[in-house]
Amino acid sequence: MSQGSMAQAASPSVAVNYNMDVVRWAALATVFWGVVGFLVGDVIAWQLAFPVLNFDTEFLNFGRLRPLHTSAVIFAFGGNALLATSFYVVQRTCRAPLYGGRALPAFVFWGYQLFIVMAAIGYVTGVTQGREYAEPEWFVDIWITIVWVCYLAMFVGTLLKRTEPHIYVANWFYLAFIVTIAMLHLGNNLAIPVSFMGTKSYSMFSGVQDALTQWWYGHNAVGFFLTAGFLGMMYYFIPKRAERPVYSYRLSIIHFWALIFLYIWAGPHHLHYTALPDWAQTLGMTFSIMLWMPSWGGMINGLMTLSGAWDKLRTDPVLRFMVAAVGFYGMSTFEGPVMSIKAVNGLSHYTDWTIGHVHSGALGWVAFVSFGAIYFLIPVLWHRERLYSMRLVAHHFWLGTIGIVLYITSMWVSGIMQGLMWRAYDDLGFLQYSFIETVEAMHPYYIIRATGGLLFLLGSLLMVWNIYKTIKGDLRNEAPIGTPAPVAAE
Amino acid sequence: MSTKVEKDQVSGTDTTGHEWDGIKELNTPLPSWWVYVFWITVIWSVGYWVVYPSWPTANDYLKGMFGTTNRTELHETMASVAAERAPYMERLAALDVSEIANDSELLNFSMAGGKAVFADNCAPCHGTGGSGNPGFPSLQDDAWLWGGTLDAINQTLHVGVRWDANEDTRFNDMPAFGRDELLERDQIEDVVQYVLSFTDRATDAAAADRGAVVFEENCASCHGDDAKGIQDLGAPNLTDAIWLYGGSKETITETVMNSRRGVMPAWEGRLDEETIKMLTVYVHSLGGGQ
Repeated sequence: MSQGSMAQAASPSVAVNYNMDVVRWAALATVFWGVVGFLVGDVIAWQLAFPVLNFDTEFLNFGRLRPLHTSAVIFAFGGNALLATSFYVVQRTCRAPLYGGRALPAFVFWGYQLFIVMAAIGYVTGVTQGREYAEPEWFVDIWITIVWVCYLAMFVGTLLKRTEPHIYVANWFYLAFIVTIAMLHLGNNLAIPVSFMGTKSYSMFSGVQDALTQWWYGHNAVGFFLTAGFLGMMYYFIPKRAERPVYSYRLSIIHFWALIFLYIWAGPHHLHYTALPDWAQTLGMTFSIMLWMPSWGGMINGLMTLSGAWDKLRTDPVLRFMVAAVGFYGMSTFEGPVMSIKAVNGLSHYTDWTIGHVHSGALGWVAFVSFGAIYFLIPVLWHRERLYSMRLVAHHFWLGTIGIVLYITSMWVSGIMQGLMWRAYDDLGFLQYSFIETVEAMHPYYIIRATGGLLFLLGSLLMVWNIYKTIKGDLRNEAPIGTPAPVAAE
Repeated sequence: MSTKVEKDQVSGTDTTGHEWDGIKELNTPLPSWWVYVFWITVIWSVGYWVVYPSWPTANDYLKGMFGTTNRTELHETMASVAAERAPYMERLAALDVSEIANDSELLNFSMAGGKAVFADNCAPCHGTGGSGNPGFPSLQDDAWLWGGTLDAINQTLHVGVRWDANEDTRFNDMPAFGRDELLERDQIEDVVQYVLSFTDRATDAAAADRGAVVFEENCASCHGDDAKGIQDLGAPNLTDAIWLYGGSKETITETVMNSRRGVMPAWEGRLDEETIKMLTVYVHSLGGGQ
């Protein structure tokens, strides 16, 4: 040990002027957009069960609300959760304030909100380039590119200014997320505007090349936005909340690089049995299979970090959110490779099974780990002793969990039934069911799914109330979880 | 470097000696099962690349030992289905629709095939099982616009109804008596009362009487003097309480005012002759075949 290291070891006592304003804004935006996204999601779930709820107007029909829902939950809710936590984590683990003074982080935050609003207006008014998860037209694409480059500069600048000798694993994942999303966004949105005064543009690719570009983007949006980014979140908040060291540094390195390298190839599994050449389908499928263990590396590191702290799950529903999230992450990253196998995909593709799979990742992993992080951050950011009520967090946890279970089990049944009905032949080789019969058969499961979504939405409203009271400074007078309720005679 | 390796009390494993905001990391080796399963997936993938089409090369791609592709699989499957059906299809091609019923095996095949084709092509308008929807006639009753015999159904399937692309298409054109000002408003109200009287639902007997005259002058040429319809013209029976667009006073008024022009595609050229025969037999069997 040198003299220098002694000096550095003492430095944590030196106060760093962290920029927490922008973290607070993004945390609130996460909660706000989350409720909006869940609400729209549940509305369209009821629309599928009862088409009359489309109300015969183009502004509220399923076709327009569906991208509003997906973008609201992925980019508005998930995106703000990533902004909030990456702003926070990179500062704390680098022991350096955000690069770019007050202005650059503020521009990133408000520029991102403007992107969300522009995209949302486009969806309900029918301005879309019709690419799943990349619906915004060219002018919105250019705007978010500017914002994103600023985000990258701010993040890398903060890493360069760090006063810690090493870069923490969470920041590798955040950086991979920021860099790769930039690349995917630019690749998938290469389009020629019809005119500079109009909103319409056309993709530079056509046919199957266009489809492959779209799914190279679409699958890696899942991989780098919803997986890598949220793994960054997990790597900070789980060890922090459990107060335990990360299980394995070596595993974090190996699974990080394996994940980054393998994920980018997996997109073609969205185009099995299409005009996509067979060789590309093969590569998409095999790389998806090889992705199984690299994905599970994150789950192992998340769960095993709790060694020696499992008892905290009894008393800490915030940690429970994060650990359940890792469980759902493990489940959906196993289900994904299974569904990428062509024989399985032949049954599952185009059915509700896919929707259920996405939601076990979206509700179970992305939303739950975000809820955990937000519940952790709110008292810290507003300098409160604790959350207003841990019991409300526990109620939120159970409402959310039951909602997810209803959602994914109903979609498994509905999706597999749908796939089997589509391929059912009678003994003379004729299709046994018409399309409308499959739709009728799915109706009860649509109602169960929408009910699950409603529970999930109600849980998020409890969170809103809890956060409002916490920020206000109230503390609910309640017995800590895991202790018997106080008895008067005692 | 503030490297300070410690031993974790719970696991007995050393830390890496780094710390960020209070977070430390253990130096646990990779779980061996994780490494093994990872290698198994890699080896399996390499094996898959050997037997199936995989990596692209400069101008081509590796074809794989099995030599199968989506396309060959599809063609093989379709060919085997066609081979299984061939004996039936040959007999269907040779026979007239009226003769199919004599061959019970072929009838059975036609019913199964017709049902599947109906579900894919006809059910969206006519409803599952042909139960009908407003504007799209029920095929389960004996009220036929263009005839309910096997030959008539077969003809309608071939040429469609008001299908411009087919020059033999079934066609008629009821005037829009109100919109085109062929009748006065009160004449329309009268004739609607008269039409309602066929099913004993007239609310104004005097108007219905006046309507009889209007009917005779304007409607009877197609719907018949007795209003029981004329099938050759595709003009429906107005006395049977079966309504294509609805039998309420309001709906009948709307029909007289604006006319109706339902369209059915011609299936000739879209479906092959054998399939149209199967469909004919199936539709004929739904309940009202004549």
